[in-house]
Amino acid sequence: MATQSSGSSDFINNLGKIYGYYAGGFLAFVVFIAILEQLGVPNRVLGYLFVFFTIAVYAIIGVLSRTAEVSEYYVAGRRVPAFYNGMATGADWMSAASFVGMAGTLFLLGYDGLAWVLGWTGGYVLVSVLVGPYLRKFGAYTVPDFLAARFGGNFARFLGVVVLVACSFTYVTSQIYGTGIIAARFLGMQFEVAVFVGLLGILLCSMLGGMRAVTWTQIAQYIVLIVAYLVPIIILSTQNYGIPIPQLTYGTALAEIAAREQQMLKDGLAVACTSASCPAGTLKVHIQPFLNYSPLNFFGIIFCMMVGTASLPHILMRYFTTPSVREARKSVAWSLFFIFLLYFSAPAYAAFSKLEVYENVIGRGIGEVRPWLFEWGRLGLIKICGQNASSLADIAAACKAVAGHTGVVRLQDLAINTDVIVLSTPEIAGLPYVISGLVAAGGLAAALSTADGLLLAIANALSHDVYYKMVDPNASTVRRLTIARVILVGVAIAAAATAATRPADILAMVGWAFSLAMAGNFPPLVLGIWWKRATTAGAIAGMIAGFGLCLFYLITTRYFPQAGVDYFGMTALTNPVTGAPLVDITQPIAATAAQRVGWFGLSNINCGLLGMPLGFLVIYVVSLMTPEPSKEMQAFVDEIRKPRGGVILNRTT
Amino acid sequence: MAPTDSKANEEAHWAATTRLMWTVLAIWFFFGYIVHMFVNQLNAITIPVLGFPLGFYMAAQGSLIAFVTILFVFARKQDNIDRAYGYAEED
Repeated sequence: MATQSSGSSDFINNLGKIYGYYAGGFLAFVVFIAILEQLGVPNRVLGYLFVFFTIAVYAIIGVLSRTAEVSEYYVAGRRVPAFYNGMATGADWMSAASFVGMAGTLFLLGYDGLAWVLGWTGGYVLVSVLVGPYLRKFGAYTVPDFLAARFGGNFARFLGVVVLVACSFTYVTSQIYGTGIIAARFLGMQFEVAVFVGLLGILLCSMLGGMRAVTWTQIAQYIVLIVAYLVPIIILSTQNYGIPIPQLTYGTALAEIAAREQQMLKDGLAVACTSASCPAGTLKVHIQPFLNYSPLNFFGIIFCMMVGTASLPHILMRYFTTPSVREARKSVAWSLFFIFLLYFSAPAYAAFSKLEVYENVIGRGIGEVRPWLFEWGRLGLIKICGQNASSLADIAAACKAVAGHTGVVRLQDLAINTDVIVLSTPEIAGLPYVISGLVAAGGLAAALSTADGLLLAIANALSHDVYYKMVDPNASTVRRLTIARVILVGVAIAAAATAATRPADILAMVGWAFSLAMAGNFPPLVLGIWWKRATTAGAIAGMIAGFGLCLFYLITTRYFPQAGVDYFGMTALTNPVTGAPLVDITQPIAATAAQRVGWFGLSNINCGLLGMPLGFLVIYVVSLMTPEPSKEMQAFVDEIRKPRGGVILNRTT
Repeated sequence: MAPTDSKANEEAHWAATTRLMWTVLAIWFFFGYIVHMFVNQLNAITIPVLGFPLGFYMAAQGSLIAFVTILFVFARKQDNIDRAYGYAEED
């Protein structure tokens, strides 16, 4: 893995062996930590060992993969085999939100949470069928590169960069926020310090080697994150059901949850969510659909997340690195397979945790609350009777203050932050600390790998599209790569500084990124490939209209709901069960209870559902009103559609 | 110019590609949306032995397995089309 590309064919041929040794080494390291734990080494030290060892490995890979070649820096030399690119994409894709948050969302929302599972997987079908392989054939370095080539140059490129930065920057900020949270929780660091430690890990991986370094570290990170995600529930499944396949055994857990739900209602331990009244804290039957999202918003989330997947630049650019168009298609399939391994396990986490909470917390006397709750209570993540569940005495005092409380924990007494579900599973199962450390390392790998991919997408767009293509087309290779690195560091520091301020909307912003990408990118990309008649004017008008509408809807509904009601005919969103006006349901602990408004009852995370159709319509109408694209452009589209004949970009520039 | 570069061949290749595209998107739409519209009816059925309600199972696992499978099948079918019309890359 030296700097010259000729010496690395050995490396490519030996990938299986290298990552095999790596995985073996990682498992040996886990065993080593387990032995240290038995010898009495304190947990804090073990946590540090886990975090620093894994970050050190990623950094070493990053430094070894340094490069001075433009195509290595931007697209890893286009030599990444489908299978490994699939793993890298999996790590690129699965963020802190997937690793830590997804299972918690499923715990909280039950069936309705599956909208995220479906939305964050099915989009790969669109990537493979409609967009990805064609961009690979074109040979772009970035997504705006393609828009510029197809739609008459730098204005379309500029719009592409605007969309890219708008959706990637908020996303990367939340990843750095995630690394800070995990490092703070497991290492006891101050949050602001932890953010910059995470930043250092990210920069070491990506700065010297660009895409090439990010690719090889992401594969290493995928291995850590998938092992860390699966080990605790495999153990839990074996403990509870005797079969180490949690994805099958949680069916039984679902049945037990259903029975327990009825029992709790009968015993007065929970209040049912009915069409007359369904406030937070009422029992929502785990498998019953549409208690949290109306059918429109449920299917809206699925659709926006899917189409957003096929529009997010940091995902599309992963398929620029494969050796051929054929490999790009295979690679999408492998990507989804590796993502599937985590996503089809997340509902098992949710089910096991819910059963534990329903059986061993609800209905127990306050004196019998299991000790694993207190650690999370101290961090403010679990509340009982409205107060942080930090010790038995605190809970007892808090519940005594509740009128008519009998001293038995009821469902409505408990509030649990979604992040706790995955992180607390090792403790619920009574596993040694080594497994908790493993989970922390996995969460960190998930956040770091996604942050790497996003940072690179932003920095590449600014250095390649803005600097090289728009400011100084004569820049030398050395200068281009220097600028690329400077921008990378600059963007990373800006993102970390933003994350350190703990912006309130950080989690909602990740969902918005999908809708914004979908509204701005999807129509011009798809029509650029599938409709020769799409013209420059059409694409530009469509991007502005689609992206603009989505952004307008987001900002108005989120920050100016009153103006939305007064001037734009918006109405309050309603609770899907009772029809009452809705408060923010995704954050049961946060105090945000802002009234939510919109058109047609559409929540703002689904703004792509408004923007994308408008984008398609505008491109269609404006294209037909303007003269059809030149013969050369039509020939260019024909070329993109045929895998044979190498990349187009190299021939034209 | 080889016959594979004729306009007619090009159009036939794209027609076949487009057909495959619509087929795959129809399957995607079925597993992504249609099947979940009947979740209440499907939940009345419980998968034997495992205990999953079918509607829940489809959203949690069934559709995902379908997505992964169609992606592998699509990659092969599209490659076959490219080969049949002479537009595939060298192996």
